[in-house]
Amino acid sequence: MSDSTTMLRRNFKHTVRNPITVFNAVLFPIVLLLMFVFVIGGAFDVGVKYIDYATPGMIIMAICYGLSATATAVNSDMTKGIINRFKVMDISRSAVLNAHVAETVLRTLIAIAAIIAVAFAAGFRPTASFPEWLGAIGLLVLVSLATAWITVALGLFAKTPESAGMACVPLIMLPFLSSAIVPADTMAAGVRQFAQYQPFTPIIETLRGLLLPGDTSTSSAIQAVVWCVGIAVVGYVWSLSTFKKRA
Amino acid sequence: MSAAVSAACQVGGGAGAEAHRMTSSAITASGLRKAYKDKVVLDGLDLEVAAGTVFSLLGPNGAGKTTTVNVLTTLMKADAGTIRVAGHDVATETKAVRAAIGVTGQFAAVDELLTGQENLQLMADLKGLDSGQSRRIIGDLLEQFDLTESAQKLSTTYSGGMRRKLDLAMTLVGKPKIIFLDEPTTGLDPRSRRTMWDIIRQLVAEGTTIFLTTQYLDEADRLADKIAVLDQGKLVAEGTPAELKRQIPGSHVRFRFTEVAEFDAALRVLPDATRDAEDDLILHVPSDGGAKSVRSLLDQLDAHSIDVDEFSVHTPDLDDVFLALTGRTSTKVEA
Repeated sequence: MSDSTTMLRRNFKHTVRNPITVFNAVLFPIVLLLMFVFVIGGAFDVGVKYIDYATPGMIIMAICYGLSATATAVNSDMTKGIINRFKVMDISRSAVLNAHVAETVLRTLIAIAAIIAVAFAAGFRPTASFPEWLGAIGLLVLVSLATAWITVALGLFAKTPESAGMACVPLIMLPFLSSAIVPADTMAAGVRQFAQYQPFTPIIETLRGLLLPGDTSTSSAIQAVVWCVGIAVVGYVWSLSTFKKRA
Repeated sequence: MSAAVSAACQVGGGAGAEAHRMTSSAITASGLRKAYKDKVVLDGLDLEVAAGTVFSLLGPNGAGKTTTVNVLTTLMKADAGTIRVAGHDVATETKAVRAAIGVTGQFAAVDELLTGQENLQLMADLKGLDSGQSRRIIGDLLEQFDLTESAQKLSTTYSGGMRRKLDLAMTLVGKPKIIFLDEPTTGLDPRSRRTMWDIIRQLVAEGTTIFLTTQYLDEADRLADKIAVLDQGKLVAEGTPAELKRQIPGSHVRFRFTEVAEFDAALRVLPDATRDAEDDLILHVPSDGGAKSVRSLLDQLDAHSIDVDEFSVHTPDLDDVFLALTGRTSTKVEA
């Protein structure tokens, strides 16, 4: 455990020293939120105030935007020789991976807090009760954890840091093809079906249900949790097997 | 190729003389085999390194040096063979082996986004040193490696030599009993190389065992108590530097002549001279390469009015070792 804490401290230093990571993970989602709410969103009719509709989706996008930094960092660790030093030391083997996941989740939570604060200032008015807030936070931690493990796996799997960053692009694109920005039933046939059945739509719908007026759909919530647990398990198993092979 | 390998000879004396020190072995390995797909990298390697000595594994690129280090340091599993490092079996007591060793690989394994000081702190934290202890050790190491001034700078800004020094300093946090250095001076400028040599000597003086790989004969000669020459995954010679040098041709002087007549005359005047294998106008004469002996050779030629076009003094290098031991040069893949 203490090895993981040491590694986590190391990863945090990396993050704050890399302005691109900070921008992509924290500032870019905020820029995107402001763009959609004040520039583009005025033209959308989603039935409620657009910032209320868009913020839950933007929170999920904030989770995804930081991921390429994680994949790149994991891959750099594997390709730049430092991993060989860790491997010949009497330390926990999984500390390196645990630290990347923990760092990603914590960084993501900071990004989420930032985007919620900006959304508040821009007129976002959630109606969540205390238990609903707890549910929302729980869901966000679960989504962060799941995406972090799948990203660590992608980072381990990629040949170079550059291709590791690229491997995350589908994860970053997925929320765009969900109900994050506009409801899925307004989309063209084909895209609509994709949007309805991909993991981020139930996740975002559940988050909306928790934060905004109206009931949370139980089926969405179950789908969201099942997707997250599934992605986390696949990511975890894939990470460990790839790590063992490479390490 | 196999004929060349069979021409290799083993130094008998070294192994026998070392036998009584078996009890204080830092590293023993026997019958090491490792292959990548169908390419054999280690082909039944036996090694014995006495505690508190410098053992140098000498060989050209691709001989299997790095694979040997990887296998001995638990980075890689051998296909066959047994290894004991610091008294522990590498296969079954991996953690104990890792706790006893330090490894500095061929490419500096430093964290580029951390400062020199933070890199050392990272090692101290992973070794579980308390903060007072680690502060003192880090301060000492920075000073010893002449890195105090750059301690607060990111290691990305370090020169190649500084990075290697930091790398070695990181390895030394926690005072490992056995240190593996995989080509620690390859690519370093002469000054950094000498600094590295001084550090290695100091470590040995403190009782550390050093396992050093190198492609430079002079480096092995300067540092090692025992040298093993590795070729295609096999040891082709083993012994003290003196024993090894007895097996290879010493220094010689090369004379080049412009005409065959002068070449033939020189061959008559200098009884020790031999013809160059490739060039008809070049003679090799054994010599220590000193000014006195070179002058005497030139005087003899002068006395017979033989004109020398050019001459050069040649000291043995890795190529000569390989030519002598395997019948081919290290740079040629096939004999």
